[in-house]
Amino acid sequence: MASNQIDPTFLALPYERLGQVALERARDFGVTHADFRFERNRYQHFSVRDDALEGAQDAEDLGFAVRVVLDGAWGFASGVALSESEAVTVAETAVTVAQIAARMTRRPVQLAPEPVHRDVTWVSAYEVNPLDVPLADKTALFLRWTKELLGAEGVDHATGSLQQVQENKYYADLGGSAITQQRIRLEPHIEVHGTDASTGAFDSMRTIAPPVARGWEYFAGDMFDFDAERAALPELLREKLAAPSVHAGVYDLVIHPSNLWLTIHESIGHATELDRALGYEANYAGTSFATYDQLGSLAYGSTAMHVTGDRTSEHGLATVGYDDEGVEAQSWDIIRNGVLVGYQLDREMAHTYGAELNDGRSNGCSYADSPGHIPIQRMANVSLQPDPDGPDTDGLISRVERGIYVVGDRSWSIDMQRYNFQFTGQRFFRIEDGTIKGQLRDVAYQATTTDFWGSMEAVGGPQTYELGGAFNCGKAQPGQVASVSHGAPSALFRDIRILNTTEEGSS
Amino acid sequence: MAQSLMRGHPQRLVEHALDVSTSDQCIAIVNDTTSANLRWANNTLTTNGVMHTVDVTVIAFQGAGNSSVSGTAASLEQVTALVESADRAALVADEAEDRAELATGTTDSDWDEAPGQTSIQVFEQFATQLGEAFSQADAERRILYGFVFHEVTTTYLGSSTGLRLRHVQPTGHYGCTGKDAALTNSAWVGGATRDFSAVDATAMASQLATRLGWGERRVELPAARYDTILPPSAVADLMVDAYWSAGARTAADGQSLFSRPGGGTRIGEQLVDAAVRLYSDPAYAGLECEPFVVAGGSSDRSSVYDNGLPLGPTDWIREGRLTSLMQTRQTAALTGQPTTPAVDNLVLEVAGATGTEADLVAGMEDGLLLTCMWYIREVDPQTMLLTGLTRDGVYRVEGGEITGAVNNFRWNESPIELLNRYTQASGTVPSFSREWGDDYFSRTATPALRIPDFNMSSVSQAL
Repeated sequence: MASNQIDPTFLALPYERLGQVALERARDFGVTHADFRFERNRYQHFSVRDDALEGAQDAEDLGFAVRVVLDGAWGFASGVALSESEAVTVAETAVTVAQIAARMTRRPVQLAPEPVHRDVTWVSAYEVNPLDVPLADKTALFLRWTKELLGAEGVDHATGSLQQVQENKYYADLGGSAITQQRIRLEPHIEVHGTDASTGAFDSMRTIAPPVARGWEYFAGDMFDFDAERAALPELLREKLAAPSVHAGVYDLVIHPSNLWLTIHESIGHATELDRALGYEANYAGTSFATYDQLGSLAYGSTAMHVTGDRTSEHGLATVGYDDEGVEAQSWDIIRNGVLVGYQLDREMAHTYGAELNDGRSNGCSYADSPGHIPIQRMANVSLQPDPDGPDTDGLISRVERGIYVVGDRSWSIDMQRYNFQFTGQRFFRIEDGTIKGQLRDVAYQATTTDFWGSMEAVGGPQTYELGGAFNCGKAQPGQVASVSHGAPSALFRDIRILNTTEEGSS
Repeated sequence: MAQSLMRGHPQRLVEHALDVSTSDQCIAIVNDTTSANLRWANNTLTTNGVMHTVDVTVIAFQGAGNSSVSGTAASLEQVTALVESADRAALVADEAEDRAELATGTTDSDWDEAPGQTSIQVFEQFATQLGEAFSQADAERRILYGFVFHEVTTTYLGSSTGLRLRHVQPTGHYGCTGKDAALTNSAWVGGATRDFSAVDATAMASQLATRLGWGERRVELPAARYDTILPPSAVADLMVDAYWSAGARTAADGQSLFSRPGGGTRIGEQLVDAAVRLYSDPAYAGLECEPFVVAGGSSDRSSVYDNGLPLGPTDWIREGRLTSLMQTRQTAALTGQPTTPAVDNLVLEVAGATGTEADLVAGMEDGLLLTCMWYIREVDPQTMLLTGLTRDGVYRVEGGEITGAVNNFRWNESPIELLNRYTQASGTVPSFSREWGDDYFSRTATPALRIPDFNMSSVSQAL
């Protein structure tokens, strides 16, 4: 893996000087905390449809923010003009906002301490920055794929897209930390669409290639076999269109990591965000059934369940060197032997709860998606650990008499306390007497979080472990998006409620 | 409020971009945005902020291709860099399948005016009332969680073909969740506003107290089909989803409910009950929005070549018949339909329907009244089957009265099906989608609808 340097065009920006000016101005007002965050985030997205480019866009988000604690209240402001006078103005605005906020702040804001990280840099692991690859080369690859898929039997249309991100951040605070970072990530999408002429039913089949914190080398084929996946998509689509509709009922499920990551995200990742458990998200994303008083006692699932949080996994989408409050990246247990033992924290929550959870320190889950947004507690890479001696996926399937093997994510929904969820998928295969018997249509699985994880009889071995993830995790007001990965092995669940979505939709 | 050097002169950024571009044609779009917000939880303020951004999008057209480059730009030098990047990329761009002549035009009469703006002071009165509401809630053992947001975006769109269009877009909303101290009873009120002049935190807190009062008697009900009143907020939640699915390209390609089996779209078909009209109108009073196309990039529902095309009142469904889908000029040619681009507001009306949500409650013998929906996702595009949850107040109605609160449910329903099955509707009022209004689509007007057999698929334990 090449050891990359921070992009020199970012290093050329005046962030250190603006940071000094802003922090000094904030200090004049007697703030108890001030931090300065300067960001340049570059995005490139393109989409192709059949044999043509649909659209391509480059975008860059550049600016900085000042956050202060004054009179026990937060004040936050941001700006875009890269001048010292603007840095002063933004710092003064943050102070003004804190003064207004103090009138309505009834519990003083205090932050857990963090060692000073002076003049450090961190760059994510990748070989080729996708934004350095000519757009025409990238669209040519995706157009070659969609044209090839369009020629396959049963494929009416083929679509593709690629989102690429380069995120650069500089963080400095009055304590003396000064941190410069760079992250690269990309999210590919390839999907084929078809129709069953006899019934008029249409459907689609999408690749299960996950979004990753990697560079353009992702498409070389060593990390995900795009050629094999592409070759399989048309037949998978034809088989799905011709497949029988599922009989609603109770089934055993073997779930592949390409589907299970999203169930982990919704029913564990969000439920163990301490800000949700404390009610900070009650008006928007919601709260959590996993309340703090149940730490160490809540039976989240079966004893096969070991879940970790981390911001350190190589190629993980939530992986950083330091978070947006200057806290060094860490990893920790969230669920051990099926019992809730940890949460995701930022420095404000760690002030009150960190002593019990993390030796008085934040575990580094603060993130803002842009220079104009305030950092909040966002999700770490939350992952279900494999059984070191566990079976492969076929070994899990062999234990099922009547069940369904679930591959790839599609529709997802969960309630505001993270109890009741419903998921669909890309591919549902019928399991009969321990073997796969072809696809099923119209399947959704519906469960309550603790029942579902309680029914997990076994997890697969390390050979089944894969990292899934998303770019579009939403939270907070104003809304912010974050990218996050979730590792999982294949896993076996007993007696899960399966709906037939066609029956659900008919009145 | 943070003031940039270029504040008051975004037009200069547009003119500069058009001047320095070396491409065949060029479009420059500048969005000057100021915003302010307050967020609270557990009867105390949690976060807040004010923000100012200036985003510039330069679209360079060269031969059969184009390039769209956007960035934060507060100086002429930054704009020059964006233009150079777009010009360079346009020279080697793939052929665009949506290419068309750019719109031509003249200069809007207000082109030279400075951008509109907002500041944290927009909440001056609200914040004072909110502080008092916290004290009262503490005293009466209620907990408040909420958010107010106000934003003013001024768009300047200029083109080498003579367009000089300006639009000021205020967007605002408020929402507050109330719970009892035991966290077993939850209620919500919220709405959209252009200027916060009529948003009253005292009234908001008082409505929450009333709703929490309704919830003091709790009734457990199983999953089943129920006679259910969807208030305007819940109807907005569902109609926004239906609107977003109404792209002509996906319909023509056989990928949505609006696809005709065997090929083509269902435009012209009787889709729902004949009393239903679903439409957008940039001039709709209280929901005013951009009267021209602004497209930073091309997709299945937008085309950069259409920038500046005028937007007018557009019926999507009229007298129950599907009349239009979201079109670019390219998809309009493909489907043989008029060009009807997306508009940033949505209105649902039921002919002859009058009265309010309360009137629907008064006429219900035994059923449910919802507050809003949550976590709505598409399950099956063929039927537009959506799944989601009820949230913050499912009320039992008996003999025309609210008699208690019921547990939450997961539901599975298609919004188009509901427009066939409803038995009663109220008049149309300004509404706010809890699910989509915050970040994506806040300008809606909808009636309350009564559905005789709403599919509550399972019980959610969420409180």
